[in-house]
Amino acid sequence: MTRIAELLRALGARIVNTWIWRLGFACRFLWLTLKESGPSFRRFHLTIREIYFAGVLSLVIILVSGLFVGMVLGLQGYDTLVRYGSSEALGVLVSLSLVRELGPVVAGLLFASRAGSAITAEIGLMKATEQLSAMEMMAVDPIARVVAPRFWAGVISMPLLAALFSAMGVFGGYLVGVQLIGVDEGSFWSQMQAAVDFREDILNGIIKSLVFGIAVSWIAVYEGYDAPPTAEGVSGATTRTVVTSSLAILALDFVLTALMFRGQ
Amino acid sequence: MRDTVETSNLVEVENVYFGYDQRQILKNINLVVPKGRVVAIMGLSGCGKTTLLRLIGGALVPDRGEIRVAGRVVNRLAAEELLALRRKMGMLFQFGALFTDMSSFDNVAFQMREHTHLSEPLIRNLALLKLQAVGLRGAADLMPSELSGGMARRVALARSIALDPMLMLYDEPFTGLDPISLGVIGQLIRRLNDSLGATSIVVTHDVAEALELVDYVYYMAAGKVEFHGTPDEVRAAGIPSLRQFVYGEPDGPVPFHYPAPEYRQDLLAQ
Amino acid sequence: MMTRKELDLWVGIFAVIGIGAILFLSLKVANLASFSAADSYRINANFDNIGGLKVRAAVKSAGVVVGRVGEIRFDNGSFEAVVALDIDGRYQFPKDSSAKILTSGLLGDQYIGLSAGGDSANLKNGDTLKLTQSAIVLENLIGQFLYSKAAEGDGKK
Repeated sequence: MTRIAELLRALGARIVNTWIWRLGFACRFLWLTLKESGPSFRRFHLTIREIYFAGVLSLVIILVSGLFVGMVLGLQGYDTLVRYGSSEALGVLVSLSLVRELGPVVAGLLFASRAGSAITAEIGLMKATEQLSAMEMMAVDPIARVVAPRFWAGVISMPLLAALFSAMGVFGGYLVGVQLIGVDEGSFWSQMQAAVDFREDILNGIIKSLVFGIAVSWIAVYEGYDAPPTAEGVSGATTRTVVTSSLAILALDFVLTALMFRGQ
Repeated sequence: MRDTVETSNLVEVENVYFGYDQRQILKNINLVVPKGRVVAIMGLSGCGKTTLLRLIGGALVPDRGEIRVAGRVVNRLAAEELLALRRKMGMLFQFGALFTDMSSFDNVAFQMREHTHLSEPLIRNLALLKLQAVGLRGAADLMPSELSGGMARRVALARSIALDPMLMLYDEPFTGLDPISLGVIGQLIRRLNDSLGATSIVVTHDVAEALELVDYVYYMAAGKVEFHGTPDEVRAAGIPSLRQFVYGEPDGPVPFHYPAPEYRQDLLAQ
Repeated sequence: MMTRKELDLWVGIFAVIGIGAILFLSLKVANLASFSAADSYRINANFDNIGGLKVRAAVKSAGVVVGRVGEIRFDNGSFEAVVALDIDGRYQFPKDSSAKILTSGLLGDQYIGLSAGGDSANLKNGDTLKLTQSAIVLENLIGQFLYSKAAEGDGKK
C-alpha cells in the first residue's frame, strides 16, 4: 500500500512542481511581456529587426513547402476525384484544404521549428552569457528590449506566412492540376471561387494562424528566458520549444476547427 | 530608520545575511567602501563574493540587513529609484557580456541611446571618447565575436563607464587574461577610477594584480569576512587561511585532499 | 550586420507579399469581390421544405448569380420556412416571380432559382414571393414512386 502511495505522491509532486509551476510562471511571464510591450511599438525598429529574423528568413522554407504541399494535393486530389468524375472540383479540394487547415497548421509547425527554436536559442544564450543581467544592471528592462519585440514579431509574421503558404499551395495545385494533368482551367478557378467563402474560410484561417502565432511566440520566448544558463540547458529549451509548440498547434487546431466549422 | 544618511562612505553593507533554502551563502557581512577608493573583495570560489556584488547592485535582495549606496538603502528602493541608481553605477561582468548582435561602438553607445536624448553626432563623439580611454577606438566597428578576450573585456569596460558612473563594480575582471591584458585592465581600473572621481569594488581571486592595484582589501571565506586591511597588512597577515590564499600554498587550512576514506582501505577494497 | 535601411526594406517586402497573398486568397480564391451587400434589397420566400439550403447559398436567375440567401427562419404560425433573399440592386424582378430550390449537379449544394414573372410592377425591399416550389426530398420521391407502382399493380388486377 505504501508503495502505491509513494508513487502517487511522486507523480503529484512532479505534476505540481514541474508542469503547474512552469505553467503559472509562463502565464505571469506572458503578462509581463504584454505589459512591457510599449517600446516594441513606440520604437518599432526593434520589432522590425525581429520580423526580419523570424519572418523574412522563414520565407524560403514556407514558400517551397507550400508549393510542394499544393502540388501533392493536386496529384492526390485528382487521383481520388477522377474516380467519381469530379475532377473539376480539384480547385475546391486544394484551396479548402490549404486555407482552412494546411496553411495555418503546417506553416505554424515550420515556423515553430525554424523561427521559434532560433528565438529560444538566442534568448537562452543571452541569458547564459549574462547579457540579460548586464542589460538589467544598465537599467534597461530585458523583457521590454529583448523579449517583447520577438514575441510581437512572431505574432505579426505568422498570419502573413500562413497566407503565403496557402497561396503558394493553390498555385502548386494549379500547376499540377491544370498545367500538368489537364484539368479544365476555367472550372478549376470558378468552382474554387464558388466554394471558398471569405468569412467562413479565409478569415477563419487567418484567425487560426494568429492564435498559432501567439502560442508559438509565447512558448519560444518563455523557454528561452527560463532556460538554465548552460549548454545542455539551452539545447533542452530549444527542443522543448519545438515539441511544445507543435503539440499546442495541433491541439488548438482541433479546438478552433470544432468551434469554427461545426455548423457546416 | 532614515533612508538617506550623510557619510563619506559610498557603499555600506550592514549585517547582511543571504542564502537559498539549501544553503546560507552570506552570514553577517559588514563592509564599507569610502568614496574615491578602489576596494577588493577576495576569496576562494564559492565564498560568496560575487553574490555580495550582486546584492550591492540591487540584483538580489538580502534576507536580513541593509545595503546603502550613496546613502540610499538599495534593498528598499522602489523600481524607478533603483533604475535611477543603476544609471549611476557601472558593472563589468566576468567575460564582458557584450551584446553579440551589435558592434563594439553600438555596445558602448547603448546606454547613451537608451537613457539620454543626446543627438547621434554627440553620442558618436562620446562613445569614441570612451573607446579611446580604453585604447580601442580603432576597434569600434568590430563585432564582439571578432574581438579577443582581452579586447572584449576592455570594450565592456568602455560600455560600463558610458554614463560616467559614480560606482564601478568589477566581477572577476582578471579571469582568463594574458599577462599584457592583465596589466592593461589593472591600469585602466585605477586610471578610470581616479579620472572619473568614482569608487570601485573589484571582486577577484587574482592576488598579485589585486594587491598591486587596490587601496583596501576584504578577504572572505565561507560567507564571512575573515580579514580586512590595506594590501601590506594582507601580505603580512598571520591568519593561516589568508596566508595560504595570498601565497598560493597547496595545503593548509584548505586541505589538498578532498575528504575520502583511508587510503589503505580504498586500495584493498574489492 | 544589416543596416536599419536594409532591414526595413526586407521587412517591407515581406509585408507587401504577405498582404498580397491575403488579397490573392480573398479575391481570386474566395468570393470577396463578387458580391457587395451594400446595394442589395431583401425579399422573402416561404417554402414547405428547404431541403439542404444554407445561408449564403446562391440565388440564380437564368443561371447567373443575382443574389445570396440572407437568412433562414421558421414561421411557427404557418409552419413554413421563411427564406430571406438579398438581391443585387442592379437587378429588378416582377412581383409575380417564382422561386424554386434547385440542386447544382447530382450531389451538389442547393441554391435558389428565380424565374421572372410577367407583372409590370417590380419587387421592392420587404416584399414576399407568392410562388415557390420546395426542395425535392429523395425519401418523398421514393415513397411516391413506390405508392404509384403499388397503385398501378392494384389497378391491373
